[in-house]
Amino acid sequence: MSKFKNSDKKEVPAITSSSLSDIVFMLLFFFMVTTQLRETENKVMVKIPQASEAVKLERKDLAAYINIGTPIKSLQAQYGTDARIQLNDSFKTKEDIRDFIAAERDSKAEADRALMTVNIKADQDVRMGIITDVKQELRRCSALKIMYSARKAE
Amino acid sequence: MSKKTPAINSSSTADIAFLLLCYFLMTTTMGTQMGLSRRLPPMPDKDQKVEDQKVNQRNIIIVRINSSDRIFAGSEPIELSQLKDKVKIFLSNPTGDPSLPEKEEIDIKGFGKYAVSKGVISLQNDRGTSYQAYIAVQNELVKAVNELRNEFTMAHFGKRYESISEDQQDIVKKAVPQNISEAEPKNVGKK
Repeated sequence: MSKFKNSDKKEVPAITSSSLSDIVFMLLFFFMVTTQLRETENKVMVKIPQASEAVKLERKDLAAYINIGTPIKSLQAQYGTDARIQLNDSFKTKEDIRDFIAAERDSKAEADRALMTVNIKADQDVRMGIITDVKQELRRCSALKIMYSARKAE
Repeated sequence: MSKKTPAINSSSTADIAFLLLCYFLMTTTMGTQMGLSRRLPPMPDKDQKVEDQKVNQRNIIIVRINSSDRIFAGSEPIELSQLKDKVKIFLSNPTGDPSLPEKEEIDIKGFGKYAVSKGVISLQNDRGTSYQAYIAVQNELVKAVNELRNEFTMAHFGKRYESISEDQQDIVKKAVPQNISEAEPKNVGKK
């Protein structure tokens, strides 16, 4: 009896939580490595179309993004519901693309400038007219490498 | 040494790390960017009067999408599901049909001579075409080329296209080129 008697004197030892922070730090580093900083806030609603043959964008850091779509709900009162072009953080017209491309080019390393890809993120319900305009403008500033953003469909 | 140094309470470091973690979760984006890669043709020079490049009629297939998203290949309307097979037949020309593209013997480095099709797909769209339809058609065209590349790889290397080395992929790319031209915009639907 007395052999198995619980002695009230003994306390349960505290669980060491010092390794917990190491685990969390590991998670933190994982996310820091696999993600990249969000540069812009979306001002247009973009539901990108599906494509089964979509391939990965190779150099994410060398991409410039052009978003095309209808303004988000909270901005519709101000800008209407027509499809707009968003460059960086604001609505722009197609005439501004030239400056945008020039700025993006300048921000990349000299050796990588030829590899810069312009990623066109357009909503699937957008009409081609605006995209054709954008494409023509891109050709004019000789940013010829483009990518139509698409979801991989299986 | 009478007193031991008391252990520093480290339970809150986890909280600090969680805070940092949350910060990075909020401000970063994950997920790879996927899409269809394209190369735009350079703008023609203004001084230079461009006469329409004379491409032999048989070497070109015009895929048109009109403002109500109907697809035309050549002159007849076609369903999206049939487009891929049509393009594949056009590009490969298995029977040597004189109305389909001619082939040219090209010496591919590291492989040897191969009859490469001179077929070009010209994609035209209207300003009113929806982007979704446009991407769907682009996707079908890429799929046709990818399948041809896969067939070529299977026949000559005995493997799938994805599993061969980069040099070999370059050979395949030369043997089965992806010639999709996105034509100068014109208003096709205004009539």
